Amino acid sequence: MREQFDVAIVGAGPAGISAAHVLGGRGIKTIVFERGEYPGAKNISGGVLYGHDLARILPDFREKGCPIERNIVESRLWYLSNDGGYSVAFRDRAFCDRLFLNAFTVGRARFDRWFAEQTKEKGILVVCSTVVTDLLRDARGQVIGVMTDRPEGDVKARVVLLADGINSALAAKTGFRPEPNPHDVALAVKDVIELPEELINERFNVETGQGVTTEIIGEITEGMDGVAVIYTNRNSLSVCIGANLSDFVKSRVKPYEMLERLKEHPMVAPLIRGGQSKEYMAHWVAEGGYDSIPGLSGNGYLIAGDSGMLFNALHREGSNMAMTSGRFAAEAIVEAFDKGDFSSNGLAGYLERLDGSYIMEDLKKYRGFGKFRLEHHELFTTLPRLHSFAAREMLTVDGVSKKEKQRIIWKAIRKEISTGKMIRLFRHGWGSIK
Amino acid sequence: MTVKIEDKLFLDRFRVDEEPHIRIIENAVCMDKCEEQPCLYFCPANVYRLEKDRIVVAYEGCLECGSCRIGCPYLNIEWRFPTGGYGISHRFG
Repeated sequence: MREQFDVAIVGAGPAGISAAHVLGGRGIKTIVFERGEYPGAKNISGGVLYGHDLARILPDFREKGCPIERNIVESRLWYLSNDGGYSVAFRDRAFCDRLFLNAFTVGRARFDRWFAEQTKEKGILVVCSTVVTDLLRDARGQVIGVMTDRPEGDVKARVVLLADGINSALAAKTGFRPEPNPHDVALAVKDVIELPEELINERFNVETGQGVTTEIIGEITEGMDGVAVIYTNRNSLSVCIGANLSDFVKSRVKPYEMLERLKEHPMVAPLIRGGQSKEYMAHWVAEGGYDSIPGLSGNGYLIAGDSGMLFNALHREGSNMAMTSGRFAAEAIVEAFDKGDFSSNGLAGYLERLDGSYIMEDLKKYRGFGKFRLEHHELFTTLPRLHSFAAREMLTVDGVSKKEKQRIIWKAIRKEISTGKMIRLFRHGWGSIK
Repeated sequence: MTVKIEDKLFLDRFRVDEEPHIRIIENAVCMDKCEEQPCLYFCPANVYRLEKDRIVVAYEGCLECGSCRIGCPYLNIEWRFPTGGYGISHRFG
């Protein structure tokens, strides 16, 4: 391929394809490289996408056949000990009408493929089964294209958009983004468990087409800083569990064994009973937050989505940031073409847009959240155990007075965690999210 | 725990590249320097297995998360993407 393109995009995920939609709409000659056999072949997320950010790119995504699994009407939070735990849930009628498709589940192999197909009518070329192995640079260091693993696979472009995900070997190799530290990523594993649609409706107390997300923390991550989720798809459940990679390296816990133990937990087992595992996958989650974000633009290139570590760990929002950062990148590229300037100066509109949006606002707000979790492992050990002990004690009818039970509970708490530590925990916790 | 990683990987679709995309740079580092050998545990596909005098790499079942590349305490693992179109292909994702 000796052709000259205006823009080369690395990665046909939500960030890259969002950018392609915008660029195609402006008639900018764009090529997208995807290392999988098809877009989505290498991609996973828990499975929640957000209508707001998608509609800014494809307002009629529903009419165009977006492969939606279920519209999320209820969000559950569980705080679990090994034997049980607490559950809170929020459901609102608004998520069925006014806020319909505020959040919805997808299988990324289907969604990403569909999303990429929609760019064809805009003249975008998506080339699959192709790894971008390096970037082409001129004598001044300006990025002028990509090298691929195809024969004669160099492709020149005025601007390269790196949207190749959290595990971006390319970013590391080119030095545009240093390798993440193990404590900046979580390693998550996922099972897709097939169940009949009606059975999922019954077990989750929803109508056809409606879905539930469940976010879980507690003893399930075996002392590690981590989280599990259960998301409803049309006729399957996504069951994921992950923990900070630096904790995995120390703990000797095998990820797939931890996943199997989660599936046997008394809160989880009844939901998946009779289901059949269909697929098993693993992926990183960008947990480092604001302080792990690399330089997102330079001469001739931009970085968007997970590759730029744009992920809000507290609210499990990443796909929305990928789409919107991809859109911002494309809008900045359009400006660069108007000006004829592809230096970092000409592309400055990207960082301006990010800084002026919810993306950087949110990531700044929660910049201390990852550190807080890593410094307070009792969140995943002592605390859920004590919480469960307290509730079980108060609910046990055994002739012991409530006052005496209270005394027993306080004694147990004080034995395991000092008042000073408790105060520090609350102060750090609040400070990291306020 | 009765789960076998082979049973889980059996659910996935792989197109195996003849050339490995993972390589241990220096076996002596694993055997002499690395006491913990955490790759034997944290790899979600159990790609790394200890044999008598070395760690073998079953790259065929790699889920391509990248954890070993940065989690190896001695950064002794060379890891690249499988050739385009090879490796795992998610059907649901």
